Amino acid sequence: MTRLAVPKTYKLYIGGKFPRSESGRTYEVAAPDGRFLANAALASRKDARDAVVAARAAVSGWAGATAYNRGQVLYRIAELLEGRRAQFIAEIEESEGVSRAVAAAQVDESIDRWVWYAGWADKFAQVAGNANPVAGPYFNISVPEPTGVVAIVAPQDTSLLGFVSAVAPALVAGNSVVVVASERFPLSAISLAEVLATSDVPGGVVNVLTGSPAEIAPWLASHADVNAIDLVGAGALDWISLEVDAADTLKRVLRPENGQDAAAPALGRISAFTETKTVWHTKSLR
Amino acid sequence: MSFLDYAPAPESRAILSLRDSYGLFIDGEFVDGRGTPFQTISPASEERIAMIANANDADVADAVAAARRAYDRVWSKMSGRDRGKYLFRIARLVQERARELAVAESLDNGKPIKESRDVDVPLVAAWFFYYAGWADKLDHAGLGASPRSLGVAAQVIPWNFPLLMLAWKIAPALAAGNTVVLKPAETTPLTALIFAEILQQAELPPGVVNIITGAGDTGAALVSHEGVDKVAFTGSTAVGRAIAKQIAGTDKKATLELGGKAANIVFDDAPVDQAIEGIVNGIFFNQGHVCCAGSRLLVQENIHDEIVDRLKARLSTLRLGDPLDKNTDIGAINSREQLDRIRELSDAGVAEGAERWSAPCEIPENGFWYAPTIFTGVQTSNRIAREEIFGPVLSVLTFRTPQEAIAKANNTPYGLSAGIWTDKGSRILAVADQLRAGVIWANTFNRFDPSSPFGGYKESGYGREGGRHGLAAYLAPAPIGQAAVARSATKPAITADASAPEPAAKRPRRTQKATTKGSKR
Amino acid sequence: MPAPVNAGTALATARERALAVLGGEPDDQTLGRYLHGIPGVDAVGLEQRAAALGTRSIKTTSKAWALDRIIELIDLTTLEGADTPGKVRSLVAKALNPDPADPTTPRVAAVCVYGDMVPFAVEALGAAHGDPDDGLISVAAVATAFPSGRSSLAIKLADTAEAVAAGADEIDMVIDRGAFLAGRYGEVFDQIVAVKEACRRPDGTSASLKVILETGELVTYDNVRRASWLSILAGGDFIKTSTGKVSPAATLPVTLLMLEVVRDWHRLTGHKVGVKPAGGIRSSKDAIKYLVTVAETVGEEWLVPHLFRFGASSLLNDVLLQRQKLTSGHYSGADYVTID
Repeated sequence: MTRLAVPKTYKLYIGGKFPRSESGRTYEVAAPDGRFLANAALASRKDARDAVVAARAAVSGWAGATAYNRGQVLYRIAELLEGRRAQFIAEIEESEGVSRAVAAAQVDESIDRWVWYAGWADKFAQVAGNANPVAGPYFNISVPEPTGVVAIVAPQDTSLLGFVSAVAPALVAGNSVVVVASERFPLSAISLAEVLATSDVPGGVVNVLTGSPAEIAPWLASHADVNAIDLVGAGALDWISLEVDAADTLKRVLRPENGQDAAAPALGRISAFTETKTVWHTKSLR
Repeated sequence: MSFLDYAPAPESRAILSLRDSYGLFIDGEFVDGRGTPFQTISPASEERIAMIANANDADVADAVAAARRAYDRVWSKMSGRDRGKYLFRIARLVQERARELAVAESLDNGKPIKESRDVDVPLVAAWFFYYAGWADKLDHAGLGASPRSLGVAAQVIPWNFPLLMLAWKIAPALAAGNTVVLKPAETTPLTALIFAEILQQAELPPGVVNIITGAGDTGAALVSHEGVDKVAFTGSTAVGRAIAKQIAGTDKKATLELGGKAANIVFDDAPVDQAIEGIVNGIFFNQGHVCCAGSRLLVQENIHDEIVDRLKARLSTLRLGDPLDKNTDIGAINSREQLDRIRELSDAGVAEGAERWSAPCEIPENGFWYAPTIFTGVQTSNRIAREEIFGPVLSVLTFRTPQEAIAKANNTPYGLSAGIWTDKGSRILAVADQLRAGVIWANTFNRFDPSSPFGGYKESGYGREGGRHGLAAYLAPAPIGQAAVARSATKPAITADASAPEPAAKRPRRTQKATTKGSKR
Repeated sequence: MPAPVNAGTALATARERALAVLGGEPDDQTLGRYLHGIPGVDAVGLEQRAAALGTRSIKTTSKAWALDRIIELIDLTTLEGADTPGKVRSLVAKALNPDPADPTTPRVAAVCVYGDMVPFAVEALGAAHGDPDDGLISVAAVATAFPSGRSSLAIKLADTAEAVAAGADEIDMVIDRGAFLAGRYGEVFDQIVAVKEACRRPDGTSASLKVILETGELVTYDNVRRASWLSILAGGDFIKTSTGKVSPAATLPVTLLMLEVVRDWHRLTGHKVGVKPAGGIRSSKDAIKYLVTVAETVGEEWLVPHLFRFGASSLLNDVLLQRQKLTSGHYSGADYVTID
């Protein structure tokens, strides 16, 4: 006699908590073969607003943590993900309708990307920063600092890898993020949020919205308290309008990428959401 | 007599040999513009200096085409070493003609000759020297091996540091291998046109740098021209925002240096005499026509009265007048339009209840002038504490604790620069960490150097000018090789090129553009 | 920054002023607390401000005025082991009549000599000896075991008293830099007070006291600022940069800093103290930079012999050459000014 399974309710992840959409809406997530998998929360603009508030509140703590600490926290995500590897493989298998091996490759790569980016946390500033030999009696140094709150439209073609590839680099320098997950494959994003919630990532640093990117992204692009927007997964949207909206407050913008390898690992993904700060100070023995 | 009146010490204008009219500098030659010419005047006397050609859309197209030809046929193929040699030549020619450039700048812009002579022009030469050396070392720019230039750079610069902003734009662009179409501001085209003569003396290949003059519509036509690959703009946040919207969805890369409302924070243990100098230099340098000006003085409440008293005493020694007089500290406001804006905001300060004090100085009869002015009793909600005045007007606010100072300093949509004055090292570093601004001056202010990146957070724009970062703004990583394309969808690998900063969305975006064409507004 | 002290008549004496400002007895602790509570100096900013003042361009009528005023502010100095009565008489002759070819040339403020040379200077000046405000020439004597200051207080006081008795109008004393650097501020203070007392003449008048900080040995600007405050608190009428025997002697940044202290003291008490840069100022061009610095820091009213002096010797001839150039329109030569 087979055991009756206990299905999971997939909710949003905002400020370290798992609320339902304030709108009460959900949408049906189905496997490629049409089989019902779950009802995911259909986030509203107010959920997006709440997520930005949570992200803003989390910036100073996360940006203020030591780089060593951020690196360890990001590495901790990889550790926990490794421990729940089977869960993610199964979820991707079902969601994307791919073989176990393909799903496993995606999970493994996702874990490895966390590790890769975790290692950057305390090196990035050394590579992107500079001591500047100015012509005068000054100490002068340039360091990269987090841009602040980054909104991300996650790559839409994968469940986990695209999400991780877009989120991890933004976290390295100390940004907090509001991510709109893949509309078709939102389940792994929420499962990952469960990993984040039980790892050492402070609440609010990563906020996950599921639902319609077309509905939510414009609110994020035009939100004055969002400092940057990664449109990597917005290729199917009217992303030029999003970029135009983002220009109202001079947000930093990354434009869409397509394909399974969207948001491939790169130092440029970290630096895209940093600001170079240059500090001058006089120096003298007198 | 009073010794402090100092007899006039005018810098001679004899060194200038200006033409009566200037054309557009396109493809290595001066050509007539097809728009209606306009005159450039001295803001100190309102006298006409020269007639200036006005580039219309067709002229813009010609300039971009010339830059494209020069890029395709000459500049992109030239070795970095030779590009560098041209830049070194330019640097030397600027030094040789430094006095002439300084006089022209002060005449056209209204800034004191001591600033154009001791700050602007020496920095122009330094900028070309610095980037000249980069031209054959691009592999070390931080973008991985063999980065590529972007193509044609459209550069639009403001009137506050006409020649210096030209150098900030042209030097890194050429070092990186781009060609340039530059538009100086309508009110200050003179030194850019003399610079064009320098380019001729340097025998820079025709079309590598094109200088077109005109007003805002010329700039807009240039920025939106489809033959442009890179846009670099310094100016107001409003125009910067419009440019960002204009180029949305295109392949153009942008660097925007926009407005600011910098806080200059003075703690009660500050080296007080130097802080006073720093405050003065912060807001009255170049008549306050400085995007990174320290226009908000945040002073610890327990020393407020003392600082304000000392500041007033110091301001009373500032000498306002003829920009070409070597003893002038405060020159002319660049234009009537700008003067009107300063007056309007200043009046708004009074209307909002702040107390206005202006240094006692005689205002010349002709020209555009504004006496150094301090507002005390300013509240964070006042317009003069929020809006960029871009003039010699300082708003004084108070704070009680470092936390409050930081909160007030950051309480602005801008984030270009900030100043910190205190004797306490740990406080300097901690406050500097928390200020959301691209340039922090600690116990100094308004210092610039070609090796030092400059640029803002938030609505002060993006991208950096100066240093390695300023070079990178004109480069893209080498095109990703076949290895990346061949990556298996099921087995994505972190390949060797992963460490190279990817051209954020450059490569995939081209594909994207093709697929979304027609569906966009 | 201390609050201003009421500058009423009740605070007429140096000691009263000092007690009011310090709020206690001038011992090491009280002085230490006070001097170390003064805001610091950022060296780079100070030097930049001095350099900026140095770029003032002084032309035509302003320059003519400046050259004459420089002469009127000079302490024409000879401080050599080889000084003789003859050398001093020659110096005095130069002081009285700097440019024999041009009788409109003003006289210097004072001659500055070693204590044992005072009688010769007084004798050579004769009727011209007196207050520079009256067009006469003062005699300044270096004292207190100049230049090192390394001897007992008794000897320093005797040195001072002897020079005053011989007719010196001004005493240029040195502070004990060793005591200052060791933090024995009370001792430095007391010595200045004692020397000031030794400047008193039997008739109740007093020679003016210039306190030499020897900034080249104090090295840091913070030290210079503290030593300036200390010297003023102790009653010095002038603060002076250097003996001329240590390099660097006077510099524009150091002088600017001392002028800032004098300005702040005036703000605080209403009492005016003089400043004397000495050593190393050899050209008119440099001297004009000092005038500009005085005028723009403490105000033009300080450009009088009672509030500002140049300690110099070769400066005078350079000023005369410049003066001749202004008068004649062509450049002059060394043979057209006299050596002293």
